[in-house]
Amino acid sequence: MRRVLLFIPVLLAVTLGIVLFAGIGKDPNKLESALIGKPVPEFVLADLHNPEVQLGPEVFRGQVSLLNVWGTWCPACRDEHGDLVWLAEQQGIRIVGLNYKDERELALQWLDRLGDPYQVSLYDPRGELGFDLGVYGAPETYVIDPDGIVRYRHVGVVNEKVWREDLEPVVLKFREDS
Amino acid sequence: MRRVWLMLAVLAATPLWASTSDVYPFDSAAEQERFNNLITELRCPKCQNQNIADSNSPISKDMRDEVYRMMQDGATNEEVTNALVSRFGEFVRYKPRLEQRTWLLWATPVLAVLAGLLVVAGIVLRSRRAAAGSPGLSAEEKARAERILGKDSGSH
Repeated sequence: MRRVLLFIPVLLAVTLGIVLFAGIGKDPNKLESALIGKPVPEFVLADLHNPEVQLGPEVFRGQVSLLNVWGTWCPACRDEHGDLVWLAEQQGIRIVGLNYKDERELALQWLDRLGDPYQVSLYDPRGELGFDLGVYGAPETYVIDPDGIVRYRHVGVVNEKVWREDLEPVVLKFREDS
Repeated sequence: MRRVWLMLAVLAATPLWASTSDVYPFDSAAEQERFNNLITELRCPKCQNQNIADSNSPISKDMRDEVYRMMQDGATNEEVTNALVSRFGEFVRYKPRLEQRTWLLWATPVLAVLAGLLVVAGIVLRSRRAAAGSPGLSAEEKARAERILGKDSGSH
């Protein structure tokens, strides 16, 4: 009868093993956004292409959009740019760009040179909307539903794999719902 | 001569270098301390093992600025923390709130102590029971033990 107690250490070790094993392969740098299920924060930002035009959260109304946070100072943004152009041109995805803590001139040159995947470009030189969104490392890409609710956040580069596995399912889900 | 110029250049450069560090002026030392406490309790989302007081990342600076701005507007510690949690998530708290996800985390020390007490109690009870159940010494053995002990204590 007492022998049963001898199995306790084994049980403990197995439990600990399962808990630790579950953590393997998880990237601790990827944090879930605090805004999932909440509306995009209020903002008033100038259009990147046209300083006189003021834009607000209504740019997300009507259809599912990706919100891509980028800057010319961000090397990983350069990496994903080609894939964003592919998404916009080949897949017909609506992408809203948030030019984050950048300079207008540099940003416009970048879009001229590499192509412009953004249907709407917000200019946020002081990172105000970025801060309210909880952006902690560009590039970040959000899925925003037609009611302007944040549904998903991806931190890091978007490529075809990320699109297929993470972003597209969310986009399709909320496209159907609308 | 060149060395003197160099030294002068270094001297001249020092205040410039010092002025680039952030300064958050407060009216009172108490407020200054509240600010320092707050920024050491908040965690940087980018450089995950640092608080926003230690971290040099731009996001930490933005967060310090926001803490300062909110404090100047008269916000309480709770309001400041909540404002940052609502943007960056529970992650930025070094002390997680007690909720469904975290109760086990908070309960673990108590559970570990209770488990330890149970083990100790078990061992004590068992040894007592074993002692009570043993037949003890026979009359002959007792007499012998007393003789030995008596002799032993007498010799001292």
